[in-house]
Amino acid sequence: MEARMESGRAGARIRARRADRGISQAELARRAGISASYLNLIEHDKRPIGGRVLNQIARALGTDTTRLVEGAGPDLERALRRAANALPTDPAPESDRIEQLTTDFPGWSALIGAQSRRIAALERQVAELGDRMAHDPVLSASVHDILSAATAIRSTAAILKDGDLAAEWLERFHRNVDEDSRRLARTAQGLASYLTAGEGASHDAVSPQEEVEAWLAARDFRVAGDEEPNAQGLSEQGRAALAAYLAEVRADAAALPEERLLTAFGLAGDPLALARTLGQPAGRVMRAIARLPVAAVGGPVGLVECDGSGAILFRRPVPGFEMPRYGAPCSLWPLYQVLLMPQAPRRDALRQFGADSRPVETWCAAEIDHPEGYGGPAVARITMLILPEPDADPAPSVGATCRLCPREGCAARREAAIL
Amino acid sequence: MTDRQHVLLIEDEPNIIEAIRFLLARDGWHVSTHGEGRGAVEAVRQRAPDVVILDVMLPDRSGYDILSDLKSDPALARLPVLMLTARGQSKEREMALRMGADLFMTKPFSNAEMLEAVRGLVRPRSETP
Repeated sequence: MEARMESGRAGARIRARRADRGISQAELARRAGISASYLNLIEHDKRPIGGRVLNQIARALGTDTTRLVEGAGPDLERALRRAANALPTDPAPESDRIEQLTTDFPGWSALIGAQSRRIAALERQVAELGDRMAHDPVLSASVHDILSAATAIRSTAAILKDGDLAAEWLERFHRNVDEDSRRLARTAQGLASYLTAGEGASHDAVSPQEEVEAWLAARDFRVAGDEEPNAQGLSEQGRAALAAYLAEVRADAAALPEERLLTAFGLAGDPLALARTLGQPAGRVMRAIARLPVAAVGGPVGLVECDGSGAILFRRPVPGFEMPRYGAPCSLWPLYQVLLMPQAPRRDALRQFGADSRPVETWCAAEIDHPEGYGGPAVARITMLILPEPDADPAPSVGATCRLCPREGCAARREAAIL
Repeated sequence: MTDRQHVLLIEDEPNIIEAIRFLLARDGWHVSTHGEGRGAVEAVRQRAPDVVILDVMLPDRSGYDILSDLKSDPALARLPVLMLTARGQSKEREMALRMGADLFMTKPFSNAEMLEAVRGLVRPRSETP
């Protein structure tokens, strides 16, 4: 079967590779068993190429057919596009000529791609550490402990160095240095262990909410409400929070069985339309969609819920849409726009600023309850469902949280970015 | 009553207290200590020091709150205060100085820095109101 050329740039790749190897058009045509004029048309992408001719050209150029047909591959192109969007430059990178770049300069484009990936990885590390440094009570206490011990050791060691101390003071200060150096070592070891505990929040969940999220993440967020939870390792508050979560799963499943939702979801992906069809609140429908198998939804699903103060009640992270572990998220998230106007649900196609962001589709709606009846407080719960949207290519418009967001001149910025 | 000038150290770390107390005493100061945030303002009122060294991170009360109480009391507002903190961020420094601290030192500091800071803060007795 003849493999037809899918990309219109294969000819350009052949031309660039031939020039790179110093082979004339006539010579390559001879090796491939075609006329030079035909090769000329191929190289200018005026003739399709495939099969035997493609194989022979690839062999003569010391490469493989995939490389000629597909170019650098989607990963490299994505990395280059990320690099192009990462920093504002004047002139701006020619994003519409990325394919030409990978064709004409495969080595440089591989380097830019690798650097872009590396920068993204480092940014993630810095962001995570910055986030921890700013808000993590364990880290804050450890750093305070280390600096206190270092202060005591430094002052005491300088006193000892000055000499001329009475035996009683000498003994006391030696003992203090010994105590503080042990304490320093112990705290430093604890800190190192804490910082290298591995990826994810499950190792160092500090709040009941985090414990529940880590527990669910370990099960890929697929739980049955009637499941007897193995809550080993959870704190008492964590177990209570998990029980409350599972009670809601049970209530949701009773009102909206998964089979029924799956059938309806196949007909309409719009949560509001589903809510109308199924006679259920939009929030319940969105939570239930987030619990469906990934294959049924078409990709990883994220979910964020907040209350009337904007405090996050629940997070199910999704790749490409960062959710800060500590600190308040970006107030431009549709979640908060709906909090401002709860009567107006929203659908948005968006992407975050940041090297690793991906286009997503968000669906948001608010539920306002009055559990104490007339005169009682209104209790708000805003739900944002995050679905993958690979076909859209929106410009970045929101961040994760101010400290991690590079957007300049943002009217909603609360604090400076650490990056 | 002693002729030596009096430093009140409000700090909860026993070994830091011991080192600073020794250092300042050797330099000719009378040093008293208070090991927690609670009762710190009362300790200042009762002991009438010439200089206060105040740690920011005390277990039960922030050093900033204590500073605020000192500065809002007309009898204590002019008392020189040296703030100590393990957080060296500029916003911490700015906040301490804006609230009326005379100096701000980040842990760990050298003994020479501590001595210079305390010597620089004390007013000659004749200037004391």
